[in-house]
Amino acid sequence: MRMLLRGTAPRWLTPALVALAAVLTLALTAGPIRLGGASPGAAFTYYLVRPLTTSYTVLEVLLASTPLIFTGLAALVAFRSGYYNIGGEGQFIAGAIAVTAVTLAFPALPLVVSLPLGLVAGAVAGAAWGLIPAVLRVRRGIDEVVTTLLLNPVALLLLQGLLNGPWRNPTNQFPESAPVGAGWELPRIVGGSRLHLGYVVALVLAVLAWVVLTQTRVGLTSRAVGLAPKGAAFSGIPIRRTLLGAALASAALAGAGGAVQVLGLQHRLTAEVSTGFGYTGIVVATLAALSVPAAIAVATLLADITVGAESAARALQLPPQMGKVVTATLLLCSVGVLVFRHYTLALRGRRRGARAAGGAS
Amino acid sequence: MGTTPLVALHGIRKSYGDLLVNDGVDLDVRPGEIHAILGENGAGKTTLMRVIYGLTTPDAGRIEVGGAPVSIASPRDAIAAGIGMVTQHFALVRPMTVLENVLLSSAGLGPPDTEGARRRFAEATELLGVDIDPDVRIEDLSVGEQQRVEIAKTLYQGARVLILDEPTAVLVPQDARALFDALRRLTASGLGVLFISHKLHEVAEISHRVSVLRQGRIVDTRPTGSSTPAELAELMVGRSVAAVLRDERRVGPGPSNDEAVVIAVEHVSLDGSTGKRLLDDVDLRVHRGEILAIAGVSGNGQRELADILSGMRMPSSGHVRVGRQDITGATPTQVVACGLGRIPEDRHGSVVDDLSVEENLVLEDLGQFRRGPFLDKRAIRRRAEELIARFAIKAAPTDRIGGLSGGNMQKVLLARVLAKDPRAILVAQPTRGLDVGAGEYVHQQLLARRADGAAILLISEDLDEILALADRVAVIFDGAIMGIVDAATTTRAELGLMMAGTPQQALGGAA
Repeated sequence: MRMLLRGTAPRWLTPALVALAAVLTLALTAGPIRLGGASPGAAFTYYLVRPLTTSYTVLEVLLASTPLIFTGLAALVAFRSGYYNIGGEGQFIAGAIAVTAVTLAFPALPLVVSLPLGLVAGAVAGAAWGLIPAVLRVRRGIDEVVTTLLLNPVALLLLQGLLNGPWRNPTNQFPESAPVGAGWELPRIVGGSRLHLGYVVALVLAVLAWVVLTQTRVGLTSRAVGLAPKGAAFSGIPIRRTLLGAALASAALAGAGGAVQVLGLQHRLTAEVSTGFGYTGIVVATLAALSVPAAIAVATLLADITVGAESAARALQLPPQMGKVVTATLLLCSVGVLVFRHYTLALRGRRRGARAAGGAS
Repeated sequence: MGTTPLVALHGIRKSYGDLLVNDGVDLDVRPGEIHAILGENGAGKTTLMRVIYGLTTPDAGRIEVGGAPVSIASPRDAIAAGIGMVTQHFALVRPMTVLENVLLSSAGLGPPDTEGARRRFAEATELLGVDIDPDVRIEDLSVGEQQRVEIAKTLYQGARVLILDEPTAVLVPQDARALFDALRRLTASGLGVLFISHKLHEVAEISHRVSVLRQGRIVDTRPTGSSTPAELAELMVGRSVAAVLRDERRVGPGPSNDEAVVIAVEHVSLDGSTGKRLLDDVDLRVHRGEILAIAGVSGNGQRELADILSGMRMPSSGHVRVGRQDITGATPTQVVACGLGRIPEDRHGSVVDDLSVEENLVLEDLGQFRRGPFLDKRAIRRRAEELIARFAIKAAPTDRIGGLSGGNMQKVLLARVLAKDPRAILVAQPTRGLDVGAGEYVHQQLLARRADGAAILLISEDLDEILALADRVAVIFDGAIMGIVDAATTTRAELGLMMAGTPQQALGGAA
């Protein structure tokens, strides 16, 4: 068998391939779940269906999706221009640190001031964390995959250093910051749930990102740069400026996500402010094929699995990491299967009718 | 030469999709012979070499080594059969020494036999007649020396036949000379060389036999001494039996006096990264209502000249002007704003394949399609529909441009350029790969622009195209202009000689 490039794919192909990836994921994860001592059917019900059956858990899913929307958008914005920002994790943490610094400096502010100030602080810090790799890439051609990735543990160490040093909680001596002032806490938007205003901010930013990416000149030129840098350069699109802009916008989105996580959910800075949200954002963007609406759907799905995995751990005694196994398998299957949007399989030896390239008679 | 060929190919066919790149190629290399393969870019030379070296499998045909059929499915098989290849991109690990690189090529389990390798490598360099220090690092060697290491490496591996793919493309003249001396020594000791090139003078100088490849077929194999470079040039670019067919639609003002110079290329030179001079004092003027063609075998600096004019590359010295404006080192946007339309040779490299036809049509001037902060998608669609109708493009505005046929893609590029009514047009290989109808359409559009007074710089390898369209013809060879002649009075023989590297002055009364 060999793979051949296909011209245009039929319309039904993409949905069919997504369905195939889902079936493969279920089949491949059934084994580990069985080894974990649970019935695969029951486990999948917990992962996918149960969280959506009560309003409280639905709101928990939306809450869990909030940071993923931020980091998913961050990855998507960068990837669309061909800038592979793997540093969402570090930029998210940088945003969380910056917003904490601001809350400690100005403990009492009304929400109308604190919310925009907090978002800007997070975004600026994220962009600053992403600036060095972006400049190195644009000026010196140094691969941003490596530099952005390597700055992630640096951000984490900085966070741990602050929490064990100057920011250690003065009252209980835990390695976590003092709680933010009451004016800094993002209000909850549904009674009886932890879902906070940050979710609305995430959705607003998603709409904004969608508008910029699909309805404006910048969106089109950055896509052109991502798809074909040479062709874009020939058409007079400034490659470096476009890349730099995408890199900084991406890092700013991740940083804002970190700020929202502190202000909305944790209300203080802890070392666990991010449980790998930056990395999961890459999964979100990839599974969403760099589409904004799809990214929100994927973030919700992954949040669904995360919430479900917690209850499955309690009810079925499955390790909570099994949720990550399912998510990772889904990613691998989707990426593997979606290749066939562009390729078709042919049996070796079957030849296409060759046509003479110009007669030399 | 009644001896058994070292390597013989019989009926090699290879196609990629619908494109037939090798069409029944028969070829052999005899002991002690340098056999040159001459052909344009895209004639199928590289594919043929890849077949011999096992980098690609042919659809049909067979390969014999020393008279016995062999199956070559990988470079490993090729090396085992005594075939070595050196391409323009060296397979050397730069921070390692010469000897370490040689050892890499035959590394097995266990400690390497350094002393044995050193001895055998010394034998290889002696056979080659060059002196290479095995303990020096690759990155400290010149490009020419690195190439000699590559050749010595193939000899070390026991090659009896050497395939050299455009070996002089990266070399300065002194290195090219040293390479030729080394090749003569190798053939004197019974090795065979397959020498791929599109440079006529090299082929004439170094080879014993020459095969001309055109559109995937060998059009002729002959002893090199029996043909002149001009004849080879004609074989290579193809000739029509008919006399020069001037296009009768060539009407309009034609070249005028100096006041109307629209495109000026003033003493432009360009040095490549290996120190080789890619353009050497190129000086050209294109007037209003004139088509000036640049003829020449590809790879002689045409692409670099086009890049400089397009705003994609900065010359080492000299100036480029459109009208009175100096566009030397300008950005593509500035170049277009000066009224220069660009239709480049590499169609896929000048569009964004995965964007739609309408998006590509407006990519150069998105500023005109704005409504507030947003793109005016309705205006973009209107523009696309208008251009699709005007240029008879067979595509919908939302079609992915990369999926279009060569002819339709060229029409999109033509539409993008001509819609702006440029006073100057740079067009390279405008009909390469197009069918007759589409090619005819492109010619007609260019002639219409000429009649309207545009200055057109036409870069082409197709002499028929040049003679049908051009007012004057400049011939480029090895980065330098050999001469500029009137298209109405020149002959193919004259152009062929200049394409082979004879300056116009040296032709004497021949013109």
